[in-house]
Amino acid sequence: MTFRAKHLLGIEHLGPDEIDTILNLADDYVALNRSKNKRSDVLAGLTQINMFFENSTRTQASFELAGKRLGADVMNMAMQASSIKKGETLIDTALTLNAMHPDLLVVRHPHSGAVELLASKVNCAVLNAGDGRHEHPTQALLDALTIRRKKGRLHRLSIAICGDIAHSRVARSNLILLGKMENRVRLVGPPTLMPSEVSELGVEVYDDMREGLKDVDVVMMLRLQKERMDGGFIPSEREYYHRYGLDAEKLSHAKPDAIVMHPGPMNRGVEIDGTIADDINRSVIQEQVEMGVAVRMAAMDLLVRNMRASRASVEV
Amino acid sequence: MTTLLKNARLIDPETGTETRGAVLIRDGIIASVGPELSADTVIDCNGKCLAPGIIDIGVKIGEPGERHKESYRTAGAAAAAGGITTMVTRPDTTPALDTPEALEFINRRANESAPVNVLPMSALTKGRDGREMVEVGFMKDAGAVAFTDCDRVVEDTKVYTRAMSYAKSLGALIIAHPQEPTLSKGAAVTSGKFASLKGLPAVSAMAERLGLERDLTLVEMTGARYHADQITTARALPVLERAKANGLDVTAGVSIHHLTLNEFDVGDYRTFFKVKPPLRAETDRIAVVEAVASGLIDIISSFHTPQDEESKRLPFEEAASGAVALETLLPAAMRLVHAEMMDLPTLWRALSLNPAKRLGLPGGRLSEGAPADLVLFDPDAPFLLDRFKLNSKSKNTPFDGQRMQGKVIATLVAGKTVFGDI
Repeated sequence: MTFRAKHLLGIEHLGPDEIDTILNLADDYVALNRSKNKRSDVLAGLTQINMFFENSTRTQASFELAGKRLGADVMNMAMQASSIKKGETLIDTALTLNAMHPDLLVVRHPHSGAVELLASKVNCAVLNAGDGRHEHPTQALLDALTIRRKKGRLHRLSIAICGDIAHSRVARSNLILLGKMENRVRLVGPPTLMPSEVSELGVEVYDDMREGLKDVDVVMMLRLQKERMDGGFIPSEREYYHRYGLDAEKLSHAKPDAIVMHPGPMNRGVEIDGTIADDINRSVIQEQVEMGVAVRMAAMDLLVRNMRASRASVEV
Repeated sequence: MTTLLKNARLIDPETGTETRGAVLIRDGIIASVGPELSADTVIDCNGKCLAPGIIDIGVKIGEPGERHKESYRTAGAAAAAGGITTMVTRPDTTPALDTPEALEFINRRANESAPVNVLPMSALTKGRDGREMVEVGFMKDAGAVAFTDCDRVVEDTKVYTRAMSYAKSLGALIIAHPQEPTLSKGAAVTSGKFASLKGLPAVSAMAERLGLERDLTLVEMTGARYHADQITTARALPVLERAKANGLDVTAGVSIHHLTLNEFDVGDYRTFFKVKPPLRAETDRIAVVEAVASGLIDIISSFHTPQDEESKRLPFEEAASGAVALETLLPAAMRLVHAEMMDLPTLWRALSLNPAKRLGLPGGRLSEGAPADLVLFDPDAPFLLDRFKLNSKSKNTPFDGQRMQGKVIATLVAGKTVFGDI
């Protein structure tokens, strides 16, 4: 086994072999999740705390289910409603929770780098469930697993990531992961939603959707946040849909067997046409959700193995 | 009462030379430079460097309002230990320094607490709000050496133009922070590959040029005396060069951090590297160092900005900007000399001579009749910086744990030793 990290903070710190290790184990958990008895006990007796400083339904539910299927005691804390309102700093919150001896902390925070800061102050394993515009590693891993299972490989594919790249941690983690696994990554979107000098990160940048989708194997759509549609970044919702919304015509420029992905929640009629999203021959959006639980189970399992190994070595 | 500092390597920024010799001090004034005359007290400098004391424009001290971050006493001790003999202090206190009464308080506090010279700057607009100009005349009479809203840009062009015209009539110096305020709002780093990778809100380096072009247009219109506090990008340099060539009364400064660090030093969200404007690309850093060497950029400052641990132990976007630098200015600047990007007299032109000239001060020189504000230092002495050993109340230095070269042996203000044992 080659995965040795203490935390899962981002894809940036993972090597290709570590990514493979997580995905291989996740494949096993997909099988478990599809079987009749979905319980495992690898996390039995351990405590997992989900700390979400930003609203989330899907990711939080996925992490909660992953922990419960592995036998952990899972607690959810809606942080935006609690102590930060009372002026407590992130580090104090971390130290308070640390004193309760959790084994796994799952953290989402609206600021880039905040999860890393928190991880440096606690003794348990920390999983980044999204920090600002920085990284969302389990999302990239579940996308990778979905692609690998659908395409039979995770290298030498041409993949277009489309939409609001600038504000997207999903895009960042994905372009890093797909680059590490030796794929061709294209970013497609209006220049106002593109990070600066992003072409230096080893990707091709397109502002024309049809050109960007030409002959790709995978089309990854991103959610466009409502607050970006007010004329600040794009002129209007309908113009965005016209130029960058994924419909059958634009998708026809991709390879005939190209798959369509979306991290959810979708804005039907804004970034994606409803019929494309529902097309079971093209859309893998439901599979992504399924892979999400498996990947998170694999990541937590591996982190706990490393934690046990390091604790054992300390005791010796 | 005379003192002779003999056997010194004399750094003279006026002539641009380094020579062996002695300095004679009589009654706090430099009486002679060069020959070994007789004196009441003779100090052997053992061949170490003797230079005019540093005049540091833009020091933030937490009085009034944030004394827990820095006081005149602690900043004064830090300045003395750093070879700085004059601190030109910022008005971005709480409340902002915008009345003659507050200025009197500062002068009194400074004189009783700090062993080095303290010259206060006044806000340019009341409350630094950019709406009404301060009482420029009264403030100048009370001792304000320059007028600045610090890192806030006067967004209302009409207010700014009037403040410039009025200041011009009094010969007052305006110091501004060249920046396009709407572009830089909320930015934590400079846009580019690093910012994109780390997902941090960023500002284009061009925002500095935009701000500078606007300011210089108004300077041309009003004839004001103008100093840009920090020019940190390559793209702003031609604009500055053109203004100088056109004969505008314009100078520019830069912080020591932008000369010695770049955007990648932020690394994994290290908040001690969060400064304003944000650290730039390496190409910008090199261009700005070259501009100091050529004289296009006139002044190097510490932009000493104390922040307590709580303001920095936060996610990068939320953390406060600024770094303490009074004690690290000299050793950090020595990196430029050791990297052979400039020689010592050139460096001292930016550290002492030009700031003195710009503010009309008699110091900053190694010549007869100048005040005996001096620094004796070993340019090569190595040490490992431990932030907890700094004199500042706040310990937020980006150089913590780093190898530095250049140690202050003694600092003299008006001939009196305020730091060191000589």
